[in-house]
Amino acid sequence: MADKLIEINHLKTSFRIGDDYYAAVDDVSLSLNKNEVLAIVGESGCGKSALAFSIMGLHNRAKIEGEILYRNYNLVDVDESTWSKLRGKNLGMIFQDPLTALNPLMTVGAQISEALFLHNRKLSNEERKAKVIELIEKVGIPRPEHVYMQYPHELSGGMRQRVVIAIAIANDPEVLIADEPTTALDATIQSQILDLIRELKESMNAGIVLITHDLGVVAEMADRVAVMYAGQIVEIVDVHRLFENPLHPYTRSLLNSIPNAEKGQEKLHVIQGIVPALQNLPREGCRFKDRIPWIDESAHETTPELHEVAPGHFVRCTCYKQFHFPNEMKEGQAHANS
Amino acid sequence: MWKFTVRRILIMIPQIILLSVLIFILAKMMPGDALSGLIDPNIDPDTIEEKREQLGLNDPWHIQYVNWVKDLFQGDLGMSFFYKMPVTELIGQRIVNTFWLGLATLILVYLIAVPLGIISGRYNNTWADQLITGYTYIGFATPTFIFGLVMLWIFGFYFGWFPTGGSVTPGLEPGTMEYVLSKINHLLLPAISLALIGTVSTVQYLRNEIIDVKQQDFILTARAKGAPESRVYNRHILRNSLLPIAAFFGYEIVGLIGGTIFIEMIFSYPGMGQLFMESIVARDYSVATSLVLLYGIATIIGTLLSDIILSIVDPRIRIK
Repeated sequence: MADKLIEINHLKTSFRIGDDYYAAVDDVSLSLNKNEVLAIVGESGCGKSALAFSIMGLHNRAKIEGEILYRNYNLVDVDESTWSKLRGKNLGMIFQDPLTALNPLMTVGAQISEALFLHNRKLSNEERKAKVIELIEKVGIPRPEHVYMQYPHELSGGMRQRVVIAIAIANDPEVLIADEPTTALDATIQSQILDLIRELKESMNAGIVLITHDLGVVAEMADRVAVMYAGQIVEIVDVHRLFENPLHPYTRSLLNSIPNAEKGQEKLHVIQGIVPALQNLPREGCRFKDRIPWIDESAHETTPELHEVAPGHFVRCTCYKQFHFPNEMKEGQAHANS
Repeated sequence: MWKFTVRRILIMIPQIILLSVLIFILAKMMPGDALSGLIDPNIDPDTIEEKREQLGLNDPWHIQYVNWVKDLFQGDLGMSFFYKMPVTELIGQRIVNTFWLGLATLILVYLIAVPLGIISGRYNNTWADQLITGYTYIGFATPTFIFGLVMLWIFGFYFGWFPTGGSVTPGLEPGTMEYVLSKINHLLLPAISLALIGTVSTVQYLRNEIIDVKQQDFILTARAKGAPESRVYNRHILRNSLLPIAAFFGYEIVGLIGGTIFIEMIFSYPGMGQLFMESIVARDYSVATSLVLLYGIATIIGTLLSDIILSIVDPRIRIK
């Protein structure tokens, strides 16, 4: 395997609801390698962002258990002053909504400059300003000198997201976490931002965790993919295999739900039911069970594990072996009979 | 910045004109005039009518209004028939007292509100926050005039720490140190009473603002940059939270005007508020209308100040 930048072992991030803690991220083990884009995919509320925030230590009142190993730190229990050194310097984060991610009362220049200032006090003001302008240029904003003096409200959404990216990459972090960086943007801007992230990846040598619910983005950007459902990783696979040979029923259902121009008139596949609320998640057995009721109970494991079905391809639970879509019933049975 | 300020000041002009028209019409709508009340009944009605004609009281209202405004610009607010002296002179005596009382109260309001609001907002849902919030609820529920009376009784009469009336000890020479100290001593208790009640809305406002800003996304961005908690608070949360407080400043002045009226009555503090109440009770219309006009202008200036301050601290308001 390539060099591991971050290794996550049995991570469990729980939030307090009423008097109990409920795990939004449950027993996640993952690693991020140098120079790769690891996509984390799943629907809203599956714990993708909770996972990202755990890596950045940005949760306020969550209970985090397990290990997040980075260099010689375990990020689960480093203290605040260590966090201040790591965040922004070694770990950078791009946020979802560029309209709210910038301080409305500070100029763009001051906000990027702050990221530099916090980690390098030696730079003189002029040097820092020159560096900020270089950064603004690097993220593809025209007229950097002018934008330096502007306030966020004077920029468009796409430009603001570029500023957010400039802040994230200001200190050349080794790990860049992009939490749905294009969700709040319209389609043409989305592809520009993705292009920018790809360019940066090449020049920066960083490992990127890309959180998204958009499989199109995954196909375009990712090297490896972790599919999350209800707080757990159900499948880890490299991007080619994901589209060629998806195994977990959830992954297959997701891929099957993408509208296809060639199929045209056919009714779009819909996954039955809804993701249960955090308090009502089944804590035992296969979590996807209730949404594929036509699959026999016995197909599921009692305590589903991640199985390595091929080198680097992990699938949770054994139900993938017997899974078929409802309209494939006949074919599936015929297969079983033969 | 300057463009905004100038524009904002220009907007004030129609506001003040409208205000003066309203006040004038209201005053004219009140029954009677200066020659219908305390006039010797033995005077010939024809003489009174002649006097009316001479004073311009029979002119159509708009001509009277123009004359009134002309006089205003010459600093002539008419005569108080109760005090038998020019209104300008009368108000001139009182306005200084009210100004100092208002200023002292304003300073106290912010001295109380800013630290309490910050503690309450930063450490919300702790016992300190609950204590402060409890105080604000009591403050909201207590009328100024009741609280003023209680303060007057406790610290004025029972302990005797503060004088119970007036604005200065009689017989002191203006300009001496003793005179100044006596002035301060006289306005301290009314100012504290007014501030303790008047500050609660600002405390609550600042608290809510801090709690709100704390949850904004850009605070996460600041943390993700590696800003330590203290810097996140001082640079990002506090500055953004104080902004609406600055905008509140003008309204604070407006609220203070109402407050001083009650507090001056209770502490028999010879300011504009006391004069206002007296003039209403005595039907001294020329004084009452002048004061309403002054209060109105103070309100307009208060909001002007708010807007200008806001434009200084909030770049989104500035007009290029």
